[in-house]
Amino acid sequence: MRHETRRLILLLLPAGIVFAAFFLLPMARLFFIGGSGKTGWAAYAAILTDSLYLDSLLSTMAVAAATTAATLVISGISGVFLQRHKFPGNALLVSMLTFPLAFPGVVIGFMVIMLAGRQGLIGQVTQALTGEKLVFAYTIAGLFMGYVYFSIPRTILTVMAAAEKLDPKLEEAARSLGASPWRVLLDVIIPGLKPAFISAGAICFATAVGAFGTAFTLAAKINVLPMVIYTEFTLSANIAMAAALSFVLGIVTWLVLAVARTAAGSSVAAAG
Amino acid sequence: MKRRGLFYLQLGFTLLVCAFLVVPVFLSIMAGLTVNYFVGIESGLTLRWVMEVWNGYRDTIFLSIGLSLACLAVTLVIGVPAAYVLAKRQTALTRALEEMLVLPVAVPGLATALALIVTYGSLSGFRTSWAFILVGHVLFTLPFMVRSVLAVLSAIDLKTLEEGAASLGAGFWSRFRDIVLPNCRQGILAGSLMVVTLSMGEFNMTWLLHTPFTKTLPVGLADAYASLRLEVGSAYTLVFFLMIMPLLLALQAFAKPRPTKFVAEDAE
Repeated sequence: MRHETRRLILLLLPAGIVFAAFFLLPMARLFFIGGSGKTGWAAYAAILTDSLYLDSLLSTMAVAAATTAATLVISGISGVFLQRHKFPGNALLVSMLTFPLAFPGVVIGFMVIMLAGRQGLIGQVTQALTGEKLVFAYTIAGLFMGYVYFSIPRTILTVMAAAEKLDPKLEEAARSLGASPWRVLLDVIIPGLKPAFISAGAICFATAVGAFGTAFTLAAKINVLPMVIYTEFTLSANIAMAAALSFVLGIVTWLVLAVARTAAGSSVAAAG
Repeated sequence: MKRRGLFYLQLGFTLLVCAFLVVPVFLSIMAGLTVNYFVGIESGLTLRWVMEVWNGYRDTIFLSIGLSLACLAVTLVIGVPAAYVLAKRQTALTRALEEMLVLPVAVPGLATALALIVTYGSLSGFRTSWAFILVGHVLFTLPFMVRSVLAVLSAIDLKTLEEGAASLGAGFWSRFRDIVLPNCRQGILAGSLMVVTLSMGEFNMTWLLHTPFTKTLPVGLADAYASLRLEVGSAYTLVFFLMIMPLLLALQAFAKPRPTKFVAEDAE
């Protein structure tokens, strides 16, 4: 048996070495570099004390929270609907809703530009209707739209998988006892989907906090934390501050996912 | 009567969501094939923009394909054995290791990339090669391979199968090759598709890890969006869609729930 343990360790070793050398060690280094700038370890406090960073932290959190709420409502309605009602064309709708699953953030940013940019569809339609061109792709509203676009496919998949496991007998029982559809939704369906909502919501939130591609494509003056880190690193060459901010950002997203995992009792991992 | 109304309300809503996701894709495909998007489709259709992308950004396409295949090779070689160990020994230690492996997915790519740069950025031969990007992609995609294989291995009765083979005299390595690997090929396939798709589209890390000589497809896309006309950006996006569409379709086919298998099908 001891022989076997040695072999198992041998099999685990390559992944372990790659992980330690290229993730654990660099992360530890990032942590120390964060404290090596002009302000020393105070750089880690600057995210709360410096109004520039605090503002961007707050707007990042606000966009992420709004994205999570909107995505859960949209995916909750459509996901449960598509799981419950099998009609011709159902499979087509499901594949249309899930195929942007692996679009990178940059491409999603471009999709937002196609809809709400200077030559976008929304601009053309509003100009034809009201004479005024509505363009919001390059603002925080555009970023919000992009994050919702990004999050819908994976959230719908989670919701559908959870809705499949709901026991229809519970709903029938509630209905036969005279509950209105609204009460059935509040008292039976939503509680049943709660773990899925928590884990999918945490992934939405964490990706919206840490994503960079969409904001980069929309560029302009969107003051979210990943953009601030990028600016500190490239334009200001303030590597220590960039390191401190990204370390904090990493802790925040990891915490959100860890808390959600404990609450939902299932495995949660972000993607994208 | 009321329930029918509710049905159509939800259907209408779902169709709107579909439109939100699909319409911009169509707009962008159209823009990539139109002579002048501002004038509209009346200006005629052309492949000029696609050719412009092919001439200017061909290298990024090949680099991304090469990178994703290299990434697949590495994650297969280090990820599948790791998943096997994690499936075989379910202790607090292996669970903690599994948690740790997922960290590069939970932590924003920007942070991982910065950490790699501050640690290995001074090794200039490494920094300027595509291997630097490969490292980032491997970290990011490894958990998907491990989890996908682990899910399959946890669903089969690995212990009985291995004991059976061992009682017939099969040693450790031949059991691994003849029993374990054939049994987790579903997971390996699903994981592989995921790894290639994610590597092909990775931008958050790659944007910081790349150099002017190691531009991947998403990096080229960001370039084109920022500096070239809308039609070229669209044509480039079209090329990207064409490349990942087969992968996405294959992934969707795999995402469909399959009945869980508890016994191995005859291992060929």
